[in-house]
Amino acid sequence: MESWRQNRVVFWVLGIPPTLWLALFFVIPLGIVWFISFGEKRGLIDIAITGTLDNYARALQPLYLQIFWKSIWMAGAATLICLVVGYPVAFAIAFAPERWKIWLMLAVILPFWINILIRTYALIAVFRTRGFANFTLEWLWEKGDWVLATAGLGEYHLLGERFVPLNMLYNNYAVSMGIVYAFLPFMILPLYANIEKLDRSYMEASFDLGAGHWRTFTSVVFPLTWHGALSGIIIVFIPALGAFFIPELLGGTDSQLIGNVIERQFKSANDWPFGGALSFLLMYATFGALALRAVLVGRGKALEV
Amino acid sequence: MANLQAHPAGGERRLPTGRAGRVDRRRVPIGPLEYCRRWWLQLIVGTTFLLLYAPIATLVAFSFNDSRRNIVWRGFTFDYYVKAWNNQSLFDAFVNSLTIAVVSTVVSTILGVLAALLLWRFRFPGKAVYEGFTALPIVIPEICMGVAMMAFFARVGWPTGLPWPLNLSNITISHIAFSFPFVAVIVRGRLIGFNREFEDASKDLGASEWQTLRHVVLPYLRPGVVAGALIAFTLSLDDFVITFFTSGPDTITLPVKIFSMVRFSVTPEVNAASTVLIIITVIATVAATRLQVPTRPDNPGGG
Repeated sequence: MESWRQNRVVFWVLGIPPTLWLALFFVIPLGIVWFISFGEKRGLIDIAITGTLDNYARALQPLYLQIFWKSIWMAGAATLICLVVGYPVAFAIAFAPERWKIWLMLAVILPFWINILIRTYALIAVFRTRGFANFTLEWLWEKGDWVLATAGLGEYHLLGERFVPLNMLYNNYAVSMGIVYAFLPFMILPLYANIEKLDRSYMEASFDLGAGHWRTFTSVVFPLTWHGALSGIIIVFIPALGAFFIPELLGGTDSQLIGNVIERQFKSANDWPFGGALSFLLMYATFGALALRAVLVGRGKALEV
Repeated sequence: MANLQAHPAGGERRLPTGRAGRVDRRRVPIGPLEYCRRWWLQLIVGTTFLLLYAPIATLVAFSFNDSRRNIVWRGFTFDYYVKAWNNQSLFDAFVNSLTIAVVSTVVSTILGVLAALLLWRFRFPGKAVYEGFTALPIVIPEICMGVAMMAFFARVGWPTGLPWPLNLSNITISHIAFSFPFVAVIVRGRLIGFNREFEDASKDLGASEWQTLRHVVLPYLRPGVVAGALIAFTLSLDDFVITFFTSGPDTITLPVKIFSMVRFSVTPEVNAASTVLIIITVIATVAATRLQVPTRPDNPGGG
């Protein structure tokens, strides 16, 4: 690597276009929203930047705090489910024979690249009252009922007289499932990268010393792959926190998350200063999560040395 | 050499049990580390993949279903593809999406390669900060970037109502801003394996900076550049959130159109349009993945 002074022309030719683009079409837009968040709405499109903190104060009202809390809670629950489901899958891929690995990885990556909106839409057909989840349950109910009937217990209707479809769509449950479904590949990829790098002689040592599989997992494998889990948690949690079309399509009236509130301020409610404040609070929460990860990873590294 | 190091002891990991002939493999007892041969793990992986793919598979299958309401299978038909094709606003949205994606891919590939070369080649003050800054579009929540672009184009008075390709300029600009950092990451990944002695040799032999870049560095980078371009194409074609905030009534893209159709009513036409989008992105992704896989040296572990 050479110093930028050694070849200034090349340095500037390489550096100016991307930097300029990012400055003009990323930093300035964010800066505008930041300034607007300290402004007041005057009329339909006029915004006076007065340096007021009212928008932030309003964001801290119980109504919005509650939505913030709910977003964090739902994103957190979905992230946890992703971790619990994603870890074994990443683990299995890391331990699969070489020639399968690439295909298994491709199978994880493909849904990751298929439009999230389309995947969310696909879930509607699964969760609705006459959807595949309910069809499956109905089929199971019929089989169960038949088994009970042949066992001579038919008249008690232990499984209910008729199959009653569950309401799985348009509620918080559907939103969490939608988030899990959308972001599961985000969890598997970093986990896989870490488990793949794990030195397997540690596991062999653990077995030799008499530990079982579970003990080896909790005391050796998981602590050594914790960074991957942490990356996965952050990568899932951040977009989950700002999700707005998943609650919009799968959620009910009480499933509004912070993303929906921001969207409303910028579209139908037309209150940009307040929307700007909310979106910056969301961004600060994101940076907080990233900083927390840096601290945890840093501490882990210090311990390893 | 670089590839050898990238796969530490790739083939040696498996202990002698793994070398048994494929024929009697089932008879070999499961080794302690052969987790993929354990039924419970196979069950978890199988179920996860089933749950991951079943909704997409049914969505695709029902785009061929001969029924207005896609609940029960009533026979195979291409009708909804024909209908989607003849739906003028849906078709326009598709053309818009492709136009934006092509322009965004070209520009973000160039910018991404420049940024990657800059970070690979030079030391400069504040480099760590600069790196973090180029990664910012990747990490911040999409909705924050979406509203920022919306506010930006409104505040600077970006002209609206321009004739066709130009009215897509604001969406295209936003797409480039979030795509090129991804290209830069992928190209940098490829650059790590580049032996800088080739570059020095080229310059010693009298090549200029441009000739070295053109004839030495870029040919080496090509798989990374193509992979980055394919990813940029997919990102742009797939983007919903940022486009949703920057598009106007006349500048609808396919995902935005699909969103409004889904909210309005669920018809097989939506499935057909979605299937087309899925097929394009899957092809681009598979191609990009193949290009990113390092070419293996012949059996590093000898096994």
